[in-house]
Amino acid sequence: MLAKISPWWIYGIGFIPAAWYFYHGAINDLGANPIQTFEHLLGEWALRFMIATLLVTPLRDLTRVNFIRFRRALGLMTFYYVLMHFLTYFILDRGMNLPVIFVDILKRPYIILGMTAFVGLIALAATSNTWSIRTLGRGWGRLHKLVYLIATLGVVHFFMAVKSWPPRPFVYATIIGVLLGYRLVKLLLDQRRAAA
Amino acid sequence: EAALKASQSTYIVNDKITPREDATTYNNYYEFGTSKGDPAAYSGDFKPMPWKIKIDGLVKTPMEFDVADLIAKMPLEERIYRFRCVEAWSMVVPWTGFALSELIKQAEPLGSAKYVAFQTALRPEEMPGVGGFTPVLDWPYREGLRLDEAMHPLAIMAVGIYGDVLPNQNGAPIRLVVPWKYGFKSIKSIEKITLTDKQPVTAWNVAAPGEYGFYSNVNPERDHPRWSQAQERVLGTGGGFFGGTGKRDTEKFNGYGEEVAHLYAGMDLMVDY
Repeated sequence: MLAKISPWWIYGIGFIPAAWYFYHGAINDLGANPIQTFEHLLGEWALRFMIATLLVTPLRDLTRVNFIRFRRALGLMTFYYVLMHFLTYFILDRGMNLPVIFVDILKRPYIILGMTAFVGLIALAATSNTWSIRTLGRGWGRLHKLVYLIATLGVVHFFMAVKSWPPRPFVYATIIGVLLGYRLVKLLLDQRRAAA
Repeated sequence: EAALKASQSTYIVNDKITPREDATTYNNYYEFGTSKGDPAAYSGDFKPMPWKIKIDGLVKTPMEFDVADLIAKMPLEERIYRFRCVEAWSMVVPWTGFALSELIKQAEPLGSAKYVAFQTALRPEEMPGVGGFTPVLDWPYREGLRLDEAMHPLAIMAVGIYGDVLPNQNGAPIRLVVPWKYGFKSIKSIEKITLTDKQPVTAWNVAAPGEYGFYSNVNPERDHPRWSQAQERVLGTGGGFFGGTGKRDTEKFNGYGEEVAHLYAGMDLMVDY
């Protein structure tokens, strides 16, 4: 049944939160600090799409549900939300003040981590097409393993942007930790099996 | 919310006052949750009245006040102060209150008293943010001032904002306001004030000593280790995304340098941050 559904619905639905919050921000109905609230919401939605992307493999392994046809769209949604998160920072938050942004990128560890993750995601998004998969061959799989590093950077970036240790980053860190841990366990089991 | 009778103070900044809606829905009060909207949303069970506030430690007469009495008897003034959060945003808030010194004087501090420690109420059954596996802070929330800072006329005990009694999310029924320091120094819902001869332990300093010093005077020259303090976003300027970024340069001592800089003469504020 899933084989018949086009992945395009993910883009249709996926942009609804961003459009909804943007509308509220534009009409001054996003609280006292609309720019930062919008920026944070986009960042959290990026983590949610990252989680959805990372869920596809374990879901296929452990149940009979196979969302592999939608994984590219979910991964690209992660990228689009990080892109919007960055643009909100760049345009609305910092007002395109390049010297200030330059200092941020050089001096603020959480921004350095966030930017690193963003650059990594650009590479993944740019190669998220059938032509790249064909051309890069086995290299494509190796390149896209970067997603594990990017997910980790995303969560650390969240922790570093907040004061103290509030619960929200922990929730994302735990879920992403379990999803990455699942892959590690699978890798170790495969290696043992290969050795035996 | 009952309206308060207060005289107009001369301590008034001429900046545009933050809309009441913004100042009462965008709060840091982690006992009720860590999101900005949590204190307004989850402080409904908190009972600010009746309320007793105690002064003890190095004083001649330890005292206990009923906050309703204080509201009735103290000479209340309305003051419009800049409020600068360590997170690089700011508001302009009309507080109603009285000088902290007026309260401390009544207990008659001893000559040995050098510092003033403050403590917020801790009521897990009324404060949904204090439980959990990883407490956000080492409760109860504690803050402190040097005695000369506490006796400065700008340091007030606020019992109201916008002419009404304090809503729970803003620190009902009584809180400190020290306008030349980052907002977290202005401790909310105070239960106890203790005069001591040692620098008091403070909640944020315990949580991250490299980030939040005891003094925490507003200082654009000293960055927070993770973000810049050179500018602040003025909240509630209206217009949503397109009302401009609303940024202004942060002033040393939040613009109150003329009044308070002498308190720190000879100190290196990059070290004693």
